[in-house]
Amino acid sequence: MRPLARRFVGLVYVAPALLFVATFVAYPLVQLVLMSMTNASLLGGETFVGWNNYLRAFRDETFWHALAFTAKYTLYITPILMIGGFLLALLAAEPGRLVRLTRAVVFLPVVIGLGSSSILWVGLLDEQVGLVGRLLHDLGVVAQPPVWFVDAQRGLWAVILSVVWKVIGFGMILFLAGIQRIGEDVREAAIMDGAGYWQRVRFITLPLMARTVLLTTLISVVGSLLAFDQFYIMTAGGPGSETFTSVYWIYQNSFIYFKQGYGAALSVVLLVMILVVSGCQILAARRWPET
Amino acid sequence: MSATIAPRLSDRAPLGLAVTCLVVIALMLFPLVATFLSSIKTAAEASAVPPHYLPSALSIENYAKVFQYQAGLGTYLFNSFMVAFLTIVLCLVLAVPAGYGLARFKIPARESIFLILLAGMMVPYQALLTPLYLMFSTLGLANTHLGLAVVHTVLQLPFSVYVMRSSFEAVPRELEEAAVIDGCNSFQILWRILLPLARPALVTLVLFAFVASWNEFIGALIFMGKETRFTVPIMLVGVRQGHFGAVDWGALQAGIVVSMLPCLAIYLLLHKHYVAGFLSGAIK
Repeated sequence: MRPLARRFVGLVYVAPALLFVATFVAYPLVQLVLMSMTNASLLGGETFVGWNNYLRAFRDETFWHALAFTAKYTLYITPILMIGGFLLALLAAEPGRLVRLTRAVVFLPVVIGLGSSSILWVGLLDEQVGLVGRLLHDLGVVAQPPVWFVDAQRGLWAVILSVVWKVIGFGMILFLAGIQRIGEDVREAAIMDGAGYWQRVRFITLPLMARTVLLTTLISVVGSLLAFDQFYIMTAGGPGSETFTSVYWIYQNSFIYFKQGYGAALSVVLLVMILVVSGCQILAARRWPET
Repeated sequence: MSATIAPRLSDRAPLGLAVTCLVVIALMLFPLVATFLSSIKTAAEASAVPPHYLPSALSIENYAKVFQYQAGLGTYLFNSFMVAFLTIVLCLVLAVPAGYGLARFKIPARESIFLILLAGMMVPYQALLTPLYLMFSTLGLANTHLGLAVVHTVLQLPFSVYVMRSSFEAVPRELEEAAVIDGCNSFQILWRILLPLARPALVTLVLFAFVASWNEFIGALIFMGKETRFTVPIMLVGVRQGHFGAVDWGALQAGIVVSMLPCLAIYLLLHKHYVAGFLSGAIK
């Protein structure tokens, strides 16, 4: 086939996917930006209001609170997931059947839906019928089974507990792959030089895995910044509006209060923030040498 | 020297390692085991205060109740399976040719096209839900399986394209040259030579599309507003909210178990594919 014809055939193969992305990603994205400048509502009415929605977002205390709360959630959970995932990866890198079983069990909750796992933890943490309260009581840790969801801080920790359980295997698997990419010869050379186990972890494993650690952290950060399911199910944004995350507040405005225009403006703000984080991810991935 | 510098943890502290493993396994399995055990208690015992660790009698009462919840569990399972099936079909139909085109043809601006197809990874689909909702309302796709499947395809297409492209690129070109001499056209080459060789990638694509669609929450919550169109996770939220504040805990536990089963089964059966897919998709 002539090269020109081959090019054309290639485009035909790519066209359906491109058309899909144009229709269901690019076009809605443009719509979103346009909508953010109107007072569009599911109840009708769509007038151009310029930057008003953005000015309103700037003065919206609940939105600021939601942004701060999402940042707090991200700052709390990311180090737990990364350090915990790395330690589990060190464990999972050992030989042996028991270790392989541990690895499989830790990864198990990753396949479960966040919705299912959040509801599962609602049951486990319930102060009346939940087994966690009973267990803590029987172990003598607490006098009364704790009530988790009446207090924003406690509710946050309950959510963190459930999400860590669900996703810690994700970090473990990625870190494990990073550890296994480091050659056996490097390890042996370090042992020859008299480096102990933790010295090797500190001076060889970690530096050689810098890229993996960075990328895994960024994936985890983006995921946390978009948190919705776990808070919708576990805290319902409460008490009051103290545990609304950014996505939750957007959902609340767009689909509960029917303020689509305002919700769109909030979405654009969130989108820009996520793009900045993802941009850092790509830059870092390009600049960091592959090990 | 080897006495002081053990090469591995397992040589230095085998007992400590084993104990750590057992503790980790116990912590990770406790929530699953506790939920499963609660689900086979009698309905009365499942709501006991304080809760019992182990069921005193086995019962399928909770499962029977959840099967009859509102429109019936069958309806919700059908909705979830149907949406997942359509998502898989859409991802295959779009990503297989796209991966082939990108891997084997000198398309103008090839890498830019590839980046556009991966853009869904950077643009969080949560931000697109409002415009998509309005668009689907006018197209008649609101409250339909196909509509939600389109949303799930937006979510899953970048990974699918990526997996298909890299797997086609890994096939040596010599295999195709003979077919070209035999007069095969490009579609026949894809169908007869590349696809059979790319079977592991296809399994990964299908697996991930299924799990993502089955588990997806906020899209299903927004797009399936009608009770009879709820997917399983949305039904669970309904069970959890209960009737007039009274939650049927037993039915809830049974529902959770049912919702987790397909994904757990996939993981146990196709564990290697699943982990390999994770590694190829997450870090490039």
